Amino acid sequence: MRAALTRRYQFSASHRLHTPALSNSENERVFGKCNNPYGHGHNYQLEVTAHGTVDPETGLVLDVRQLDRFVSDQVLNRFANRNINMDLPEFRHLIPTTENIAIMIGKVLEDGWTAEFGVPGPKLVGIHVQETDRNGFDLVIGAPVSRRNDAVVEPSFVSVTD
Amino acid sequence: MFITRKAEFSASHVCRVPSWSDAANREVYGEAANEHGHGHNYIIEVTVAGDPDPVTGMVVDLKQLKEILEREIVQPMDHRFLNYEVEPFDRVPPTAENIALEIWSRLRNQLTSTPARLHRVRLYETADLFVDVTGEDFDT
Repeated sequence: MRAALTRRYQFSASHRLHTPALSNSENERVFGKCNNPYGHGHNYQLEVTAHGTVDPETGLVLDVRQLDRFVSDQVLNRFANRNINMDLPEFRHLIPTTENIAIMIGKVLEDGWTAEFGVPGPKLVGIHVQETDRNGFDLVIGAPVSRRNDAVVEPSFVSVTD
Repeated sequence: MFITRKAEFSASHVCRVPSWSDAANREVYGEAANEHGHGHNYIIEVTVAGDPDPVTGMVVDLKQLKEILEREIVQPMDHRFLNYEVEPFDRVPPTAENIALEIWSRLRNQLTSTPARLHRVRLYETADLFVDVTGEDFDT
């Protein structure tokens, strides 16, 4: 028998949505308040979902403490109390929208997952990033992302050059 | 269409494999293996799937679903020590995973008198940890 376990984490960080590809007034129009030159912060919530076999003896899909350590090392410690634009090299040329943050976190967790949890082990199947109580984003790992128009596309990075 | 009903129960548990040493249990479960147990306010979200009845406009009678949850889950588990008072947790550790699987098993045959089918059981152990079980998790 299998089950999916979801663990919720939190980190606080600041960001600014701005692209050098657009003029200042266009940036203001597209990003609104999020384009404020000095940036602003959020208490982000991150949910990480793992799916796998429930060990018949222990009753566990995975060791939650191991997941906590892994997510802290790979993600939380890098984002916590940082300016995402300035402090994380991944966002040097990438706009730190919550969409892009979710994709980046998904990639980082996916890259280290197998080495941490083994094969066959629990699978990383999804993450959810909540920027505020009013907006959150789901990323399904290991499946193509479905867009609003139902066209199926692979997750991709939005890259902006300066 | 999916419709979800929520219920709560508060219970204590201890995560231990009885045949293991104290040190081995502590290694696997950490503080959850503390001998005298500890408790949670568990929240269950039960999602059923179906089409709205053309006459009533309802997927399922939510009052009936509430009564099923009350009878099958809340009454037997609320304010109980799961390991000592609720089967099968005298034999299998009452981890969130096993409690979610047990809730699925208890509900699986309860909806047969309704047009809806059980789609998902979600069990929150704390606000920061929940487990989902669907029918596919029982496929071999």
